Formats: sequence, structure tokens, C-alpha cells
Amino acid sequence: MSDMTANGTAPKGTIRAAYWRGFRHGLPFLLVIMPFGLLFGVAATSAGLDLAQVMGFSVMVIAGAAQFTALQLMGDHAPVLLILAASLAVNLRMAMYSAALTPHFGKAKTWQKALVAYFMVDQSYAMAANEYEAEPEMSRAEKLAYYAGVCSPICPNWYVATLLGALVGAKIPPEFALDFAVPITFLAMIGPALRTLAHVAAAAVSVVGALALSFLPSGVGLMIAAVAAMVTGAQVELWVARRKAVRE
Amino acid sequence: MNGYSDALIWGIIIALGIGTFFLRFSFMGFLGDRQLPEWALRYLRYTPVAVLPGLVAPLVLWPAATGGETDPARMIAAFATLGVGIATRNTLWAILSGLAALYLSLWLVG
Repeated sequence: MSDMTANGTAPKGTIRAAYWRGFRHGLPFLLVIMPFGLLFGVAATSAGLDLAQVMGFSVMVIAGAAQFTALQLMGDHAPVLLILAASLAVNLRMAMYSAALTPHFGKAKTWQKALVAYFMVDQSYAMAANEYEAEPEMSRAEKLAYYAGVCSPICPNWYVATLLGALVGAKIPPEFALDFAVPITFLAMIGPALRTLAHVAAAAVSVVGALALSFLPSGVGLMIAAVAAMVTGAQVELWVARRKAVRE
Repeated sequence: MNGYSDALIWGIIIALGIGTFFLRFSFMGFLGDRQLPEWALRYLRYTPVAVLPGLVAPLVLWPAATGGETDPARMIAAFATLGVGIATRNTLWAILSGLAALYLSLWLVG
């Protein structure tokens, strides 16, 4: 596109087009966000949080896996520091996303970067990273518009789904075994993440470690197992790369 | 919620919100154009698979709803969820299959 200038401005039409392209790309994720948000609302309400606290989680944290992690450890009466450490560890991948988006938004205005950061979820990051790689000609304004477009159907509906879940959650009888909705959501996130041998090895160490150390106060064994699993993942990745290099 | 005062719960929510925001803002906000070293990225790559499986394993083996006793219906649901997640690489299908397996086996067993 030749009608763009170097300082990242673009005609209104292309910005609007980028927004709606992002919106269309974000739309299918409603199928994931809605049930996931509903489950969080239900699970948090049945764990005994009041409506404001349930909404506080989804509005301030907007990160499903971390919210479920905190909820689970609170249910186990874990110490506060361990709840925070484990939940933030689950969110460490956001720092990786932030690093990956830096070439695109590093020079944007601070309030723009703050908004990009607040709305950074797995889906908005993944769609944006793909789009910017496929369309390197995009101006910064178009990239921001695209990002806003992806977030528009996803993030507000995370709040809506949580609210719906919190409102109906208290009325669902125990026969529905919704206690197990939380493990199911975790397992459903783990399956697709087992991409390489290193990921599988890390997951295995995490499981064995957490079970073997489950006699420790709640949360402590998990943290030790998680650190061991991270080291395992990184080392297996290096080992696989070395073997590949030797063979070639 | 048992064991935590309302103020403490709000403290957890706010601390988690601020902490998560800083993780998201971190490199983009403070580093400008600098890159993370390769070794740091290598560890960060494995944080979700390092934390979540360890968190979920005891919930599957010793569910609180059955008083910590291993429950065949919940085990079947867990393996169905994981299996479909690995096969389809799709979180939504995995959740739906897991719930279907859970209700089917609860209905068959119980």
C-alpha cells in the first residue's frame, strides 16, 4: 500500500477496513470465550465468591487460566503468596506475547500500549501475530485498528459470559457435577498445548512432581513441580535441537 | 469463601490484576525495541504446560466432590478431554467432549 506515510498514519478507510477484518477474525472465538466465561462465573459463584468479586476477577484479570488457577488454590486454602505466584506463573506467557508485539507497538503512545496490554489474551495475540506477519505493509494505525477489531467481540463478552455464569451458577444442582468443569477446562487447554516432545516432557514432570509432593502445604508442591517442569521443557528442547543438528 | 476475608479476596483479585497487567505491558512498555534473550524465551515457552498439568492432576485423581475418592466417571471424562484436545488441537471440542463423556459415564455408572 503506497498511500501510507512512514510515521504510521493511514487513510481512514484502510483503518476502518483493518478494524472490521480483525472483528471478523475474532468472532469465531466467541465459541470458546462464552462457555469458558460461563464456567468461570459458575465455578467462582459455587466456590462462594460474591457477584462483585466474580466480576472483579474477569474485569481486572481477564485471563481465564489464571483466574481458574487462583480459584482452585483458594478452594484449597493455599497461602496468598502461593496463589499469586502460581496464577502469575500461568500468565508468564503474556510477557512472551508482549515481547513478540514490541516490534509493532513499541513506539506507540503509552495509552495505546496500555490498552493493547490490558486486552492482551491468547486469541488477540495469536490473531495479531499472524496478521502482522502475513501483512508486513500494515501501518501502526492499521495494526492497532486490527487488534481492537479482534478484541471487540472477545473481551466484552468475557465479562458478559462471566456475569451470566455467576447469575445462573448458584441455581445449578450438584448432580450436574460442575465441580468437574474446572478440571475439564484445564485439560482442554493442556491437550492442544502438547505440541512437541519438550512440552510433553514438561507436562509429565509437572504431573508426577505435583502428585509426589502433594503432602506439602497446598500450592508448595505445585510450585516446585512447575519449576522442575520448566527446566525439563527447556532442556529437552535443547537436547532435541542438538540431536537434529548432529544428524544433519 | 472459606478461610479468606472479603478484604483478602479483593486483595488477591487486585494484586493478580496489577501483576497480570505488568506482565502484558512489560516488554512493549518498558523495553522499547530490545529483544528478550533466547534462554529466557525458552523458559517462558513452557510455563503453561509446567503449571496447569500439575494443578489438574490431583483434581482428576482425588476429586473433592467424592471426598477424595478416585471416581471412574471423572477419570473417563478427563481422558476424553485430554485425548480430544490432543487430536483436534481445539479447546472447545475438548471441553464439549469432556462434558459429554462426564455425563454419559455418570449416567451409565451412577
